Amino acid sequence: MTTSMFTLAVGTIAMLAGFLGALTGLGGGVVIVPVLSLALGVDIKYAIGASLVSVIATSSGAAAAYVKEGFSNIRIGMLLEIATTFGAVIGAYIAAYISTHVIAVIFGVVLIQAALQSLKRGPSEGGQPIKSDSLARRLRLDGTYPVDGNEQGYGVQNVPTGFSLMLGAGALSGLLGIGSGAVKVMAMDRAMKIPFKVSTTTSNFMIGVTAAASAGVYLSRGYIDPRVAMPVMLGVLAGAFLGTKVLVRARVRTLRLIFGSVILLLAVEMIVNGILGRV
Amino acid sequence: MDDKRLQSFIGNLLRAGVLLAAAIVFAGAVLYLFQHHADKVAYENFHAESPSLSTLAGIVNSAFHLDSAGLMQFGLLLLIATPVARVVLAAVGFYLERDYLYVTVSLIVLGILLFSMLNAT
Repeated sequence: MTTSMFTLAVGTIAMLAGFLGALTGLGGGVVIVPVLSLALGVDIKYAIGASLVSVIATSSGAAAAYVKEGFSNIRIGMLLEIATTFGAVIGAYIAAYISTHVIAVIFGVVLIQAALQSLKRGPSEGGQPIKSDSLARRLRLDGTYPVDGNEQGYGVQNVPTGFSLMLGAGALSGLLGIGSGAVKVMAMDRAMKIPFKVSTTTSNFMIGVTAAASAGVYLSRGYIDPRVAMPVMLGVLAGAFLGTKVLVRARVRTLRLIFGSVILLLAVEMIVNGILGRV
Repeated sequence: MDDKRLQSFIGNLLRAGVLLAAAIVFAGAVLYLFQHHADKVAYENFHAESPSLSTLAGIVNSAFHLDSAGLMQFGLLLLIATPVARVVLAAVGFYLERDYLYVTVSLIVLGILLFSMLNAT
């Protein structure tokens, strides 16, 4: 394959991934690694490096809008970033010492989790905001967010549990070059009882910082090849931008089903190829 | 400075960083495709990038010499730096709000980020 064909192919796939990722809220990075390594035969290390870079691009690009609208909570994000960045550095170091076959299998398992989450009905906005527990109060994590034009207050609980889950989310991000937004949202939404909208936007806000923590390690190890990362970054960014412009509410459920099924297929492929030693 | 202004400032910084990085990567890509469009690709086997693409000094140097891969890598480096700048700005913002607890929190995050980058490159 020539470089122009390769760039075009990767750019198109990345754009589609970014588009679907933005529409479904799953992030596009998660399909980049399996598609590059399975369909185009790119070494998984280059694929992971390129994916990590695209994760930073979409996180920073989208966070700009959410931060301005007042959904994401900077204090919660910053506090939990201690855990995610620490985990990411550990994950990136571990990545060098375990075989790519094992990484492929772990990747597949994480993909299955992401797919199942998207195939289920989207989380409801239900539940009354709760009061902060004493630790969260001392850490001043309370916040407000816009609901139908009014500022709605909310509290935070179980900070230590959320913090530990974030260590795991960071380690996965550093190991696999993904944003691991699903784990971050789960930690905030389920464990810390933060409203879903605040959880997702704060998670998005944190993803870029988490990824930057392992990017340094990746860069020095030579995982980030600009010739692979360029079409991935530009494609995902363009796709995500289009995705936020063309928000078609009614079709999102169908799209989630399709995208979730694709991810499930990729997950199985990843695991099979990892076990057979082909990735 | 209150939280709202700090947030909107951070939002703008992030967007500007991403756009600038994307523009530089795009410029490098045009140059790269112009020079190498007919080359064969070979990414099946991993071999670490040369220092010109994997160290800070190397990347800056090859971008300065308008090497196409170096230029793209410089744009990617800038992209990686965007979240780091965001943490610095948050630390400054919390300091102006006299929220010293969160100045400390931001500095810890910054410390981990810098440790990762300096230790690596």
